Amino acid sequence: MQIIKKIGLFIFLMGLTIFTILPFVGEFKVTSATLDQIIMDKGIASEIFVQGMKKNVVGQEFHGMLSLSPQITQILETANAQHRENKEYKKVIYTGPHDMAATVGKASGTGFIVENKGLMWFLTFGLGILGSLLFIVPNIVLLGKKGIKNNGIYHANATNRGWIAWMVFVFLVSFYLVLYFRSEYAVNWTYLVDPISEFLSGNPAGHWFVYGFMYCTVMTVMAVRMYIKYRHNMYQMVRTTSVLFFQIVFAFLIPEIMVRLQMPYYDFKNAFPLDYDFFFQWNLKSLLNSGGIGLFILVWGIILTLVIVPVMVYFFGKRWYCSWVCGCGGLAETLGDPYRQHSSKSLFSWKVERWLVHGVLVFAVGMTLMTLYSFFTESGTVLGLKTQSVQNTYSLLIGAFFAGVIGTGFYPIFGNRVWCRFGCPLAAYLGFVQRFKSRFRITTNGGQCISCGNCSTYCEQGIDVRAYAQKGENIIRSSCVGCGICSAVCPRGVLKLENGPLKGRINPTEILLGNDVDLMDLVNKK
Amino acid sequence: MEHIVIIGNGISGITAARHIRKLSDKKITIISPESDYFFSRTALMYVYMGHMKFEHTQPYENWFWKKNRLNLVNAYVTKVDTANKTLKLKSSEDIKYDKLIIASGSKSNKFGWPGQDLKGVQGLYSKQDLELLEANAPNNEVCKRAVIVGGGLIGIELAEMLRSRDIPVTFLVRESSFWNGVLPEGESQMINEHILEHHIDLKLNTNLKEIISDENGWAKAVVTDKGETIQCTVVGLTAGVTPNIEFLKGSGIELGKGVKVNTFLETNIADVYAIGDCAEQHKAIGNRRPVEAVWYTGRMMGEVLAQTICGNKRAYKPGHWFNSAKFLDIEYQTYGWVFSGKSKNDQEQHFHWRHPVEKICVTIAFHKETKQFLGINTFGIRMRHEILDRWLTEKRNIDYVMEYLKDANFDPEFYAQYEEDIVSLYNSLYGANITPRKKSWKRIFSNT
Repeated sequence: MQIIKKIGLFIFLMGLTIFTILPFVGEFKVTSATLDQIIMDKGIASEIFVQGMKKNVVGQEFHGMLSLSPQITQILETANAQHRENKEYKKVIYTGPHDMAATVGKASGTGFIVENKGLMWFLTFGLGILGSLLFIVPNIVLLGKKGIKNNGIYHANATNRGWIAWMVFVFLVSFYLVLYFRSEYAVNWTYLVDPISEFLSGNPAGHWFVYGFMYCTVMTVMAVRMYIKYRHNMYQMVRTTSVLFFQIVFAFLIPEIMVRLQMPYYDFKNAFPLDYDFFFQWNLKSLLNSGGIGLFILVWGIILTLVIVPVMVYFFGKRWYCSWVCGCGGLAETLGDPYRQHSSKSLFSWKVERWLVHGVLVFAVGMTLMTLYSFFTESGTVLGLKTQSVQNTYSLLIGAFFAGVIGTGFYPIFGNRVWCRFGCPLAAYLGFVQRFKSRFRITTNGGQCISCGNCSTYCEQGIDVRAYAQKGENIIRSSCVGCGICSAVCPRGVLKLENGPLKGRINPTEILLGNDVDLMDLVNKK
Repeated sequence: MEHIVIIGNGISGITAARHIRKLSDKKITIISPESDYFFSRTALMYVYMGHMKFEHTQPYENWFWKKNRLNLVNAYVTKVDTANKTLKLKSSEDIKYDKLIIASGSKSNKFGWPGQDLKGVQGLYSKQDLELLEANAPNNEVCKRAVIVGGGLIGIELAEMLRSRDIPVTFLVRESSFWNGVLPEGESQMINEHILEHHIDLKLNTNLKEIISDENGWAKAVVTDKGETIQCTVVGLTAGVTPNIEFLKGSGIELGKGVKVNTFLETNIADVYAIGDCAEQHKAIGNRRPVEAVWYTGRMMGEVLAQTICGNKRAYKPGHWFNSAKFLDIEYQTYGWVFSGKSKNDQEQHFHWRHPVEKICVTIAFHKETKQFLGINTFGIRMRHEILDRWLTEKRNIDYVMEYLKDANFDPEFYAQYEEDIVSLYNSLYGANITPRKKSWKRIFSNT
């Protein structure tokens, strides 16, 4: 069994290595037909750019994106600078230099990778999936009898912030930086999943399709790990299945199929304000121009946030969204599960959390109000602030850095819910409802707590669960996403996630159950 | 300002300190040689097993103590001078007190076995024991085999710990079945099976005769009363604990097995109290033992004594007995009294249900004639403390318990429920015709 695991690890690392090398290799040959097509698609009016491209790029062969990308970005930036100086604003190209490099690159790839998409898919994704399954599945036997299997988590390098964890950190952060800011380096990855994308939506894959496909793949493989690790715990089994279903069907398949059907790309479960650009002008326009389905999405999006989300939180707590439906939560609960113990439980972190998460909520709502004001009044500024720049700032700082680079990249060091805990505006909104008007609570079982600290250690949201449990107090914290792990790891059966009447949800805690009936009376009379 | 000094920073001493602080502004000093800060003793096993780091066993952050003006002293008390209300400390200045709380806990039992003080022989109680185990048994290269002597809760925990590092374990249990002084036969039998499933070499009906030393004073083998010699590197002595009160000898404080106290937790000397593992009731409360080495009783004594010290005199009246433990992968809970073979009287009858495949079982004790519900043990099923406590107070009969059993289930959502099976077995055994009622929130919250 150990040998199978080692072989699996080796195969996985091979796949990962090939995947990591891909951005740096490959042949690109830009033809004049390709350039003409891009000029037409993008409506490029800059003759400086066109000439620059013809002179330095067209007809030449480039080995690897590292040699192609600087050419294109430089030509584009030079052209734009020139046009701005000459005040020829109509000739300025608003496609970002790196997006332009990605567009050109995608249309110009030649050679082995492009000609062997299936084989290359197998050598990257295929080996990755195969290797990790070989690494994970033997645990059915190796973990022994079913039950909580946390042995050695704090002895293992990868799960105790050792060098492996730091390597994973660097890899994930780099991956997200490429995705958000240097998408031209993802071009070779897009070829691998072109067949899948063409099958689903009819279009070749972009780098976000790579990400979506990879997201689903990683979640599925790591869900297998969850199924094995928590096979004694039906709550975890059901929850994992749910979150996987919503990711694959709602976040991945349905939007792609909608594109094939000439409908707008939309993830029906992605609620505003997590879906922060829902009310952005381009999205509203696109929805309003898409006929019945567009209007339906618009109404659905508004009802989802204003009615469905709070009503569901009232009945089930925010867990119905955060750990049963949400994509961010889905990745955290599968890929992130081995790192859940790293979320800080200090009071200081809790303070930071409240300022940050509510700050982002205010930011998101404020930005959206500006956006809507601008949309209806057709004015580009609100109180002297440019709506567009506020949106860009949010997209960059919150959308890209916080949710993406930090949110997932920091898993191995700061735990798997950094974004959900400190940044997600939807979580902040759901949290208010959960804290003040919800049937959900984690019930503490009388006086059974022995203060061991397993619950706090494994709380991914950094809640000091033990602080409540040892006082006999129910846990009704706004940040709780109801993953159920505190209840699972408790050796004494103290914690239970449940939905019950509001009465009795917040319980008296002066004296714990079991201690002296008279004192209990005294407390109850207060 | 009155100066309250507490010897011991375990759960009882710390609870007393916290509650005194809540209720008053008295000066509070806590003395312990074991650790700088309070930690959860019950969680030491998880540190060795790699589930947690030691810092995770500390329920309060380090700034908590200063903020709440709880003065911590890391020192060993050598002598208590009750006449002058002074404590003598090893290598530290004397401390004067106005009121003294003794919460010095327990130490591992040693029954005079030959070789019990050899290197590699240890108990599992304190932080130092954990550090020692980490040194003695870091892995299965250094520790080729461990022998554990004493089949109680600490013994099985130690076995689980060592197995988490793949160290071969031989488990010597004096009784004919694991913990059958406490557990009824069916349950004890199930745990025997589970111990074997974890590849622990369980030797029942076996006593330790002596521990053999190698040339360097390290344990190298144990000899059992069956004449068997077992080679080993580490010997774990886990035959219970006893109050840690040596330092009180000659202080004038009345000592028995522990520090003798009345129901107000007062000793024979004014302004000296004892709580937790080290306290011994003059007269046992209910069916409880005079010395209770249980986490929650320590906590409750701390809560009660804080009231008394702050002018709100109260007796220690623990409610209905309850407890819980975990045997490897199997959770155990108990509410009320379910006695085992030897200690069970004739009036106590047991209803036992066991799952045909899984390691899940339930035993309910009731009075033969009156049918009054006396207690319940569950293995692999979690129960709701509040409900069972209420049923015991209300003296419900077993038929009532069966009918409303679903109200008492505390398992996580989506778990398989066994009440139907349990009640149907009960019906067939006792010719009853009970239909279990659906769980009702209204009933669960009926007295809050």
